[in-house]
Amino acid sequence: MTTSYDPSADVIEVARGPNPGGVASIYRVFGETLRGLKTTLGRVVEGPVTLEYPEQKTPVYPRFRGRHKLHRFEDSGLEKCVGCSLCAAACPAECIRVVAAENTVDHQVSAGERYAAVYEINMSRCIFCGYCEVACPFDAITMGNDYELADYTRTDLIFTKEMLLADPIEKTPLRREGE
Amino acid sequence: MTLALPLADVNYVESTLVMIVKSVVIFLFVLQVVPLILLLERKLLGRFQSRIGPNRVGPYGLMQPLADVLKLLSKENSVPNTAVPWMMALAPVISIFCAVVTLAIIPFGDNGDWGGNFGLYGIDVPIGILFYFAFGALAFYALMLGGWASGSKYSFLGAMRSAAQLISYEIALGLSLLGVVIQAQSMSLTEIVHAQHNLWYVVPQFVGFCIFLVAGFAETNRPPFDLAEGDSEIVGGFNTEFGGMRFGSFFMAEYINMIVIAGIATATFLGGWHGPGPDYLNPLWVVLKMLGFLVLFIWVRATLPRLRYDQLMSFGWKVLLPLATLNVLVTAILISTT
Repeated sequence: MTTSYDPSADVIEVARGPNPGGVASIYRVFGETLRGLKTTLGRVVEGPVTLEYPEQKTPVYPRFRGRHKLHRFEDSGLEKCVGCSLCAAACPAECIRVVAAENTVDHQVSAGERYAAVYEINMSRCIFCGYCEVACPFDAITMGNDYELADYTRTDLIFTKEMLLADPIEKTPLRREGE
Repeated sequence: MTLALPLADVNYVESTLVMIVKSVVIFLFVLQVVPLILLLERKLLGRFQSRIGPNRVGPYGLMQPLADVLKLLSKENSVPNTAVPWMMALAPVISIFCAVVTLAIIPFGDNGDWGGNFGLYGIDVPIGILFYFAFGALAFYALMLGGWASGSKYSFLGAMRSAAQLISYEIALGLSLLGVVIQAQSMSLTEIVHAQHNLWYVVPQFVGFCIFLVAGFAETNRPPFDLAEGDSEIVGGFNTEFGGMRFGSFFMAEYINMIVIAGIATATFLGGWHGPGPDYLNPLWVVLKMLGFLVLFIWVRATLPRLRYDQLMSFGWKVLLPLATLNVLVTAILISTT
């Protein structure tokens, strides 16, 4: 049995518009022009879709990975972070620096034996992958919703533990269900 | 016949003082209106593109044109090494001069509409439309001179384009108004408005009106006929090398030209100052009709993409010119037989 190749089977019909020129084309051009004018007028009727940014912020989804947050226990006020440095180990950008210290009886900072004496995230290096959040065994660090991280100098972008523990000054709006 | 007279056919004499006051008032009025139109254009363009438009400078962005002008004023007038400096200085002057001069013939109202013995227009010349074309044609020299004297290839390309475009469309523009002139038996704009007492010429001269509109877009270098500027392909066309207030003058001249085209269209096709209400409201009608045209200009700018150069030429010579000629012929035959 031989399979014969039929070239005409590969030809695809392309729908083309009528040839340009003539009175009909002038009519079509003006028709299309009017349709275009109608389209732009429709945009006026709809109204602008602009979000006026500094005043109105784009709402983010709940799983949006923005600026990190460090957490405390709500009842005791102790820090959740025990200074295990797993986040720093997981970080592909190597932007986290943790220096751990021992908790003492009169200086109890975290709930475990040790606490993070230094906890710094270099935001100019962070790639917001969220691996630190995944690596943390105590849910001490999570990715927040803030995305307004611009600053004037690089050193200002190194966030200390106090900055990460504090609530952001302005809350980023969260997208509602179905928005 | 008014056509035969070399001088203005007026049966009253305005004192020199009245003429001076009128010219100053019209000039100042239009200079004040240009920034507003600029703002209107940017605001409306925004709306047409689902945006808000400028709203940061002052309430509703009202101070935006002021900020623009201040920026232009504070900028340097740079002159390229290859340029001819005095020609570059001259070009914007010619451009804005021609634009302002044509303002004089736009009738905002009849003689005595606001009492007294003076007309609400700069001058009433019996060759009104010719006057407009004369200065309109002179204005092209500004574009060509500006583009050529810059010594830059983009400017030169823009200048060549504008020369070809404006010459082609000037003919269609003239022929489209000829129908009106034949029907009104006069070239004076006030006479043409008087002749539209019963019926606006947009009805009997509808074809002429359409041709005038299209050619008017081309004459004012507005999109979709902005090939002379063509910012996306030849940087800025003839005004590429101009900075500061020299560029500002070109810019302002373009907007004044828009006002003039709107005024001529109002006077020749939309019945000028005719409208309901008492006589002293007449200038209001003129301004409203002109505003309508300006909004149309902006609307079309927001809608249509720029034409290709060969399309522009073939449209001008193969469609508009025959159509305009036919329109004049039919009008002439109809007028002479009735």
